[in-house]
Amino acid sequence: MTAVTRTTVAAPATGSGPSPDAGGRRLPRTLHPVAWWVWALALATAVSRTNNPLLLFLVLAVLGYVVSARRTEAPWARGFKYYLYLALTVVAIRVVFRAVFATGITPRDHFLFSLPHIPTPHWYAGIRIGGPVSLEAVLSAATDGLRLACMLCCIGAANTLANPKRALRVLPGALYELGVAVTVAISVAPQLVQSVQRVARARKLRAGRTRGMRALRGIVVPVLEDALERSLRLAAAMDSRGYGRAGTATRRSRRITGALMLLGMCGLCAGAYGLLDATAPAFLGLPAMGLGAVLCVAGLRLGGRRVTRTTYRPDPWRLPEWAVAGSGVLSAILLFSNLGYDPAQLNSTFYPLTWPGLPLVPTAAILLAGTAGVVAPPPGPVQRGDAS
Amino acid sequence: MITFDQVTIHYDDAPEPALRDVDLTVEEGELCLVVGHTGVGKSTLLGAVNGLVPHFTGGTLYGRVTVDGRDTAHHPPRELADVVGVVGQDPIDGFVTDTVEEELAYAMEQLATPPATMRKRVEETLDLLGLADLRHRALHELSGGQQQRVAIGSVLTAHPRILVLDEPTSALDPTAAEEVLAAVTRLVHDLGVTVLMAEHRLERVVQYADRVLHLPGDGHARIGPPADILRTSTIAPPIVELGRAADWSPLPLSIRDARRAAVPLRARLADRTPDPVRPAPAEDRARLLTARGVTVTYKSVPAVREVDLDLHAGEVTALMGRNGSGKSSLLWALQGSGPRRAGTVKVTEPHGRAGTDPHTVTAARARTLVGLVPQTPADLLYLESVAQELDQADAESGTAESARAILDRLAPAIDDATHPRDLSEGQKLALVLAIQLAAAPRVLLLDEPTRGLDYRAKTALIGVVDALAAEGRSVVISTHDVEFAARAADRVVVMAEGDIVADGPTADVIVSSPVFAPQTAKILAPLPYLTVAQFVDARSAASGEGTAHDIT
Repeated sequence: MTAVTRTTVAAPATGSGPSPDAGGRRLPRTLHPVAWWVWALALATAVSRTNNPLLLFLVLAVLGYVVSARRTEAPWARGFKYYLYLALTVVAIRVVFRAVFATGITPRDHFLFSLPHIPTPHWYAGIRIGGPVSLEAVLSAATDGLRLACMLCCIGAANTLANPKRALRVLPGALYELGVAVTVAISVAPQLVQSVQRVARARKLRAGRTRGMRALRGIVVPVLEDALERSLRLAAAMDSRGYGRAGTATRRSRRITGALMLLGMCGLCAGAYGLLDATAPAFLGLPAMGLGAVLCVAGLRLGGRRVTRTTYRPDPWRLPEWAVAGSGVLSAILLFSNLGYDPAQLNSTFYPLTWPGLPLVPTAAILLAGTAGVVAPPPGPVQRGDAS
Repeated sequence: MITFDQVTIHYDDAPEPALRDVDLTVEEGELCLVVGHTGVGKSTLLGAVNGLVPHFTGGTLYGRVTVDGRDTAHHPPRELADVVGVVGQDPIDGFVTDTVEEELAYAMEQLATPPATMRKRVEETLDLLGLADLRHRALHELSGGQQQRVAIGSVLTAHPRILVLDEPTSALDPTAAEEVLAAVTRLVHDLGVTVLMAEHRLERVVQYADRVLHLPGDGHARIGPPADILRTSTIAPPIVELGRAADWSPLPLSIRDARRAAVPLRARLADRTPDPVRPAPAEDRARLLTARGVTVTYKSVPAVREVDLDLHAGEVTALMGRNGSGKSSLLWALQGSGPRRAGTVKVTEPHGRAGTDPHTVTAARARTLVGLVPQTPADLLYLESVAQELDQADAESGTAESARAILDRLAPAIDDATHPRDLSEGQKLALVLAIQLAAAPRVLLLDEPTRGLDYRAKTALIGVVDALAAEGRSVVISTHDVEFAARAADRVVVMAEGDIVADGPTADVIVSSPVFAPQTAKILAPLPYLTVAQFVDARSAASGEGTAHDIT
């Protein structure tokens, strides 16, 4: 834990300044992408537990701090503000819908404003459109929206902090082809767009039609031929650079892999069904799920053996990775444990309208997740995969 | 290192084998140049080295190809990746990842190289090819020469003993091509890598080659020292043609050797003025197109800056400059279908009406004013046969001469039923030219038509361009090929960063430039010769006079 104590000293100097800090005495490096994802998903899980607006705002503050402290200057790392816009939109939509499809108002509620009531036909009587809107309704819609927005921002933070492409590289060996397909697709898409633009421009030279079905053919045929030729050349290039060299797999081990994966998937499906359907027999629930997961993992491991590859500059998993992932998971556990606080405090009440409390343990748990911004090493000035 | 033992390669749908009874051995550390016209099997031969032919392409291989002791019959390309590195024509097509460093590591990851070794080799390769400053850059934002160097580096990191390069410079401007070739020769000399390279523009590489492998076109192959093979081969760079014409022996292959051999020749020709390459254009040529202050910007980055240009009837203009200097943008702006931020373009119409702007009229009308053949001619082709394309062209803009008649004039004997994609590059170009000429434009713009053409196809193109100019059209050709410009153009316009930096008669502009001077000019400087034909004429005239003098 030496690394952690040392940085707590360096942290105040860095603060939550606008630019990523230089990180005091620690060497800048990128954190393992999986650590960020675990941290963010755990935080999102924790968020799903509460709709206390104070706690939610605290989560947003923590996300903002960690992102601003540990993001890089790469293009994909500039996206957090778009997630914030998206979050605002979610809240707004939630509030507007609640106001328009009003559920009525009771004498005890605080009247806020009234929308013109649109009469609906009798066979549509279940839904009212317009009418008086209460403060309580708006607030509860806003906090509901805020919870969803917080979860969105968690995902956004993971995307901002970890290079999505590097995250793909940690896929198990058996899924390596899937990762390659995604990478190639990502790089081919812009080329396809360019190709369409080029051909559409060339169409004009022949004064061909630029609209309608016949024009479509004039554009689609050359673009597809182009794309096909290009992918053949890419396949040839990948082949001659050693892609898909045979590993140690034999026909038998391939069959076993297939069988394990198939059984594992069946187990997972049965488990999911058992968990969701209360009337299902008990053995279909967690036991089937667990068995399925074990089989799948075994299949992946066995399948991974047939791919003999190494990774260039693999991301190490060291103390900071444990600390970051652990801080996220710990806060989720604390919010689910109900230890040392009243679970009712996690959910604010609107009927009657009361000021939400700030329970000590959940607050501490969320702040604990915020330490990720300190325990993670600072990102370097130039990141690998910057320009992706 | 590479051994072909009685190799015959026959594609399933071809009537004749692509290669026939090829026997050859390429030794370690050799730079072997593969020459031949388009379609004689150069790519087949190169592909056979790492087993792409026939494992990937199909077809049947008779005989035996062994590479570093491994038989390609039993080793598919991926199993040879640690011995043979292959670099294609268009580097961007072969990229799998998206940054320089990861691309360099890709092949090693596939070969399961230990991470520590990988890191070391990537650093070494970055230095070897001068890519260290670019290591974090995205591949698509690099220039063509840089991309090609990354492509070479990405196969080098696997430490192959053999490098196979299929026309590595055909998409590059002269400077970028030099950059790539310098890197290749450095690999041969410093690391002893065996290189097998196909190249159209021999003038750039022939001096570096240890041996030349010539494919005359009948499926056989001849291999030997460059001077021997080139003395009789059907394709030769200008320096070799000059050497043959002057009976130099041994045949010089570098400018330096040729200049030394040419000392007496220069003395003999010193007091003659050569005939111009092309007949001097008439003085009173009509002005067909007037452009003033043409400016093109992309997202406020200027591509063309306030360019003024006049094009005259019967004139062939070569537009030169590095990649990205604004040549294409200017051509598209002149044609009217490309963007234009400011400036005017006026095209004189045949019936006296002056000054129509092709940008303001319909696309159908614009193409009767100015015709443009884009960089990838195939973009214009989308039907199933040549006949359908030609009929469609006539339907789109029926003029006096049918597209079929034009095509027969440009490139005789293209079968109606052929699929346009199966045509050679030269034939595709002719087909698109015919389609564009069906609208009878008087101004014709060709965007890099020489890309991928061999010497024969270029000579044919010069004939076509001459004929078009003789009909009173004005032709503009953007090109990187200085030898082509020297032979084909009356006038050369050089662009840099969107400005026109030189504009004048071909001889004046290109002789003085170290980058753009053709080989003949470099060898015979300070005499103002541009082409071998000019020299041959001058010498026969001189010897004629000389004989006459001796008799009297």
